[in-house]
Amino acid sequence: MEALRRIVALAAKELLVILKDKKSRFVLIAPPIVQLIVFGYAATFDLNDIPFAVYNQDRGAASRELIARVAGSPHFHRLADLDHEQQIAPLLDNKEVLMVMRLGPRFSADLQRKRNAQAQLLIDGRNSNTALLALGYLRTIVADFNADWAKQNGLPGPPAQLQVRPWFNASLLSSWFVVPGIVGLLTLVITTIVTALSVAREREAGTFDQLLVTPLRPIEILIGKSVPGILIGLVEGSFILLMTVYWFEVPLRGSIGALYLGMSLFLLSAVGIGLMISSLAVTQQQGILGAFLFLVPSVLLSGFATPISNMPEVVQYITLASPLRYFLVIIRGVFLEGDSYALLFDQYWPMAIIGAVNLTLAGWLFRHRMSY
Amino acid sequence: MKASAGSRMRLCGMIRKESLQILRDPSSIAIAFVMPLVLLLLFGYGVSLDAKHIPLAIVVEQPDATSTSLTGAFRRSDYFTPRNFDSIQAAQQALDAHEVYGIVWLRSDFSRHLLARGDARIGVVLNGVDANQARITAGYIQGVWQAWLLGYAQTQGVEFRVPVRLEPRIWFNAAVRSRDFLVPGLIAVIMTLIGAMLTSMVVAREWERGTMEALMVTPIRIGEILVGKLVPYFVLGMGGMLQSVGMALWLFDVPLRGSFWALSAASALFMMVALGMGLLISTVARSQFVAGQISIVVTFLPAFILSGFIFQIGSMPEPIQLVTHLIPARYFVAISQTLFLAGNIWPIVLSNSAALLVMMLIFLGLARRNARKRLD
Repeated sequence: MEALRRIVALAAKELLVILKDKKSRFVLIAPPIVQLIVFGYAATFDLNDIPFAVYNQDRGAASRELIARVAGSPHFHRLADLDHEQQIAPLLDNKEVLMVMRLGPRFSADLQRKRNAQAQLLIDGRNSNTALLALGYLRTIVADFNADWAKQNGLPGPPAQLQVRPWFNASLLSSWFVVPGIVGLLTLVITTIVTALSVAREREAGTFDQLLVTPLRPIEILIGKSVPGILIGLVEGSFILLMTVYWFEVPLRGSIGALYLGMSLFLLSAVGIGLMISSLAVTQQQGILGAFLFLVPSVLLSGFATPISNMPEVVQYITLASPLRYFLVIIRGVFLEGDSYALLFDQYWPMAIIGAVNLTLAGWLFRHRMSY
Repeated sequence: MKASAGSRMRLCGMIRKESLQILRDPSSIAIAFVMPLVLLLLFGYGVSLDAKHIPLAIVVEQPDATSTSLTGAFRRSDYFTPRNFDSIQAAQQALDAHEVYGIVWLRSDFSRHLLARGDARIGVVLNGVDANQARITAGYIQGVWQAWLLGYAQTQGVEFRVPVRLEPRIWFNAAVRSRDFLVPGLIAVIMTLIGAMLTSMVVAREWERGTMEALMVTPIRIGEILVGKLVPYFVLGMGGMLQSVGMALWLFDVPLRGSFWALSAASALFMMVALGMGLLISTVARSQFVAGQISIVVTFLPAFILSGFIFQIGSMPEPIQLVTHLIPARYFVAISQTLFLAGNIWPIVLSNSAALLVMMLIFLGLARRNARKRLD
């Protein structure tokens, strides 16, 4: 009982330290909201209104029909019509257009004479992902054009056709993938920073030694310092979740309990890492540096933007140490795939282990790394 | 003449003091050199959008020569690691359990339809959670299918024509290696971090430790304090930058098609912007906790998401596109991706450099204004 009272007192003091200062209160509340909204809209792999130019040397109706189909797609925006070959390079070089479609003078004639008509497509490959996506859209448009042309002219279509059906995200919206990821990203950043500075700040101010000579046992200090981080993380995380469901309208199909079990374990591991960094750091600058050194790789290697399966084997092993990696599988699984506890078990236990190991180390470091 | 000599002396003293501080607390050196090294190594190898060996379930309900030739086409492709399943149910379970990423489904009537009526259908199911990955995978599957179709038509002597054939040519990155555009972008993201981190705490630290008052009673002017703090960190930051460019060229084999000197000049400009941003944060915050928080919030994630390094700026909604103009990394990403991959395209290099120059002046000017000598 006595121990509980002491822990509550310490936790209350920690919360007060963070919340009583106007500036630090502000940095906890405003940036996550702004970031969620800005990043939620910005982080997209979809192509919208991508500018393209047309160099059409053909006078026939078929070429106009094909170009109209491309220009009519919501993904592309016809910016310019060219009449010289020399105009192509500057447009692409200066990034004024992403691609140029070139139809030769014999395009319609070839098509009528049932030869292969060629549509040349020049794409800026500086961002190779965008280039591949644009090419993918164009392929679909051309395939549709071909099918319709074949039907109108009584030609045989291809003997076998693909019917692609994406599950869980039928219209392939990238925001359904990215926005739930941002929930994990922002909670991780906030929780880690709050805890990473909590011990370092006291060491720098010299109050940590005072804390150590109070009746508080190290385990109680550990708990007292973890609770505020977890609380802040839970509150902010829940808020961002609400925004994801009601503002971004990402469908929440699975069990909320499974999601919150995941979030609690995720916060525990983040707090563990934060406290561990904090107890290693002598100054706040080192605390921030440590938080950075942990945050940046764990975000980039978590599968947030680029799939883990694309990474080399060695790097894939490193990702196992990032708690965000597991939480992203949980949150996307619960949101889109409707997962529940059983399917997510393999994501729960690694976070519990990461949390436990780091908290133990942090507790040990409290006692054995005195300030100097 | 006398005043400038005194100024020079004070400035040298300040630079010397900061340099000593850097040398005695090696954490700044770690930030400038070890961090970019580790980060670039991790991300250069780790961050990739090129899918290879995608686990793919292949369901063949009635195996025969035709279906074997189609599954063989998938087996030979570098992009896929196919696994055979007997029933669609088993394959769907594997998809649910994330054991496979997609399913190619040849129903029992596939060959019959193909030979007799020429309207066979191949069912493809993809895990659409990661929309980008799903689109790229669908593209690869399409590629395999089309190649197989042409081969099949030839062996059967079937007349099969594609009315319009698309001939794509991808400029600047013919092999479509995502690393070639990610590494130059990563340099911008990493260097924003490093630059801002180096300086974001240095003024706040003096306030918190109470040494700012000590500096104030000396004859040194506030501008001299700021310049004295900038110079040593600029040297450190440029060292880190050079190291990163070297790694891009020799470790990751990214071609440098533009001029090295243009890249160096743009890098120096960008480094000044990042340092100026850190300095501004530092003068605003006055406590290391807040300075650290702000510098993480305004550097890493915005540079990662809003710079165009990975997400195309043109696809973002209009208001967000306006916001990206406030992100210095945006300009440097454009410069470095262009100089590395496309060459000296001056309109892009110069206009973005001009934007960087304006940002630098604004940041340094604001920092100068905020850091007036006063005791509150």
